[in-house]
Amino acid sequence: MSTLLRSLGPLVRALHGQGYRVVGPTVRDGAIVLAELDRADALPYGWGVEAAPGRYRLHRRADAAAFGHAAGPQSWKAFLHPPRSPQWTADRTADGFTVTEAPPDSTRYAFLGVRGCDLRAIAVQDRVLGGADGGYARRRRELFIVAVSCTEPADTCFCASTGCGPAAGPGYDLGLTELVDGDRVRYLVEVGTPAGLELLTQLPTEPAPVDLVEEAAAAVAAAATKMSRALPEGDLRDLLAGSHDAARWDDVAARCLSCGNCTMVCPTCFCTTVEDVTDVAGEHAERWLRWDSCFDLDFSYLHGGPVRTSTRSRYRQWLTHKLGTWHDQFGESGCVGCGRCIAWCPVGIDITEETRALVTEAEEA
Amino acid sequence: MGTAPTLAVWKFASCDGCQLSLLDCEDELLAIAGRIRIAHFPEASRATVEGPYDVSLVEGSVTTPGDVARIHRIREQSRLLVAIGACATAGGIQALRNFADADQFRSVVYARPEYLSTLDTSTPASAHVPVDLELHGCPIDRRQLVDTLTALLAGRKPDLPGHSVCFECKARGTTCITVARGVPCLGPVTRAGCGALCPAYGRGCFGCFGPAAVTNTPALVDRLRELDMTETDIGRVFRTFNVLAFAGGGDDPSQ
Repeated sequence: MSTLLRSLGPLVRALHGQGYRVVGPTVRDGAIVLAELDRADALPYGWGVEAAPGRYRLHRRADAAAFGHAAGPQSWKAFLHPPRSPQWTADRTADGFTVTEAPPDSTRYAFLGVRGCDLRAIAVQDRVLGGADGGYARRRRELFIVAVSCTEPADTCFCASTGCGPAAGPGYDLGLTELVDGDRVRYLVEVGTPAGLELLTQLPTEPAPVDLVEEAAAAVAAAATKMSRALPEGDLRDLLAGSHDAARWDDVAARCLSCGNCTMVCPTCFCTTVEDVTDVAGEHAERWLRWDSCFDLDFSYLHGGPVRTSTRSRYRQWLTHKLGTWHDQFGESGCVGCGRCIAWCPVGIDITEETRALVTEAEEA
Repeated sequence: MGTAPTLAVWKFASCDGCQLSLLDCEDELLAIAGRIRIAHFPEASRATVEGPYDVSLVEGSVTTPGDVARIHRIREQSRLLVAIGACATAGGIQALRNFADADQFRSVVYARPEYLSTLDTSTPASAHVPVDLELHGCPIDRRQLVDTLTALLAGRKPDLPGHSVCFECKARGTTCITVARGVPCLGPVTRAGCGALCPAYGRGCFGCFGPAAVTNTPALVDRLRELDMTETDIGRVFRTFNVLAFAGGGDDPSQ
């Protein structure tokens, strides 16, 4: 049975009460970013987003929706797989040195407002980073997820074609659908886990009338039809495997800045490098893990030089891994259809357009 | 332990700002001075020790025949030569003369140009001698300088990334000002190392660290035009600190 929640205030308070650091969308610096929320009032009530290739603008909505927007400039990986995290430290001793593992990060996050695309992206990163008992696994184990199904995709969205949305799930503790009527917002709640049920029992809820349940389902279903972009159908793994020498790589390389923005906004890109820090006295050393990108020339540096020296080869590597060899490595696609790489590419390169061009080229060959 | 490694700091055509970054290290400076012997640093001390030196920091560009001789002499006396700042790594603002008539400048600016002994070009240290490391920026980043000296002391590789400033914006959580606000920014073609300082304050990167290891400047210029940047402004922003580097040592990129 579905449940109705008339405000998110009690939800945020209950999560804080259970010791979670609540992270969710909020307006900052002209965008809806993900940040720690003190209270539900910080959510972007009444703000909407217009996204296009290389362009993102906030606007005031006619209603008070808190989730009337699609993916912003960051993804949740900024919290689960932070841009820079400590690995170990070493200190000189009288007869050598000692190495100390970085203390476990005991942060308990509650994510509020995870969309279908991002929920799938977390599952994708789980398969990549969740195995070892490292920082990611610890943060992930403690994570509480409040998902929100999408009712208003951006122009850059294409999750319907990747099978990740607009309905969120599975994988949440609680799943919401926002019902907006002018200044009034209500939330239909679905329970995903025992932890979600336990939290929900602490909140002032009421049974949801059948017509609201139907209204919510219709709004989510309609969102799928509002998406103007789609990844091509068919076996993209085969497509990419057969496109190694495609002329399209030269075409995209002429436009690509090789700046790496797409990989850093991508919710599934996970690559890192290590950074060593030493103190001036030579008594203390630290190793840090930090995000890297296949667009960085140094990323493919082997003995004597980088292997992927051209932008053509770097873009090809990114797309081939994302849509093709990701299947071989992890048994699924690395793309969830969030559209961030389209919106946040400074020159607006569109992954769906590039992939379609490869399909066309393969068909014509 | 042997004797402390020696450090020399040299000035060519420059504003001294990069050398001052070393004095600006404050807390770390005392620790650095405890590990190395500052053998030649006129900005800090009149005391000078004869070479050879373990590390030479070279600030400024080569603009006179005397500079050419001096950079060779410094190279001969230095185990490691580290060029610091946009002048030493790319010729600096003064490399604008490379695209103009230096004789004209001489005659306009100086009453007795015949007393001048100057070259027609301003060039980086690397145009004359092998350079071991380059710290970019106008001015250089203080943390990068400390990290580099620390790395040399520890015998490890210094952290001098070749990727774009965008990496640092994303790492510090700065929302892209080009995408979200339409602000023209050179970040996508500029070398990281400053910590993405300007975009964090809403100002577009003006490329003071020079080009990243790989760039696609023509594609960015097309985007700057779409953002209503005028041809004059596009020309100026690339011609300011690192004109020679953005031009790839050849043509002016804005042409």
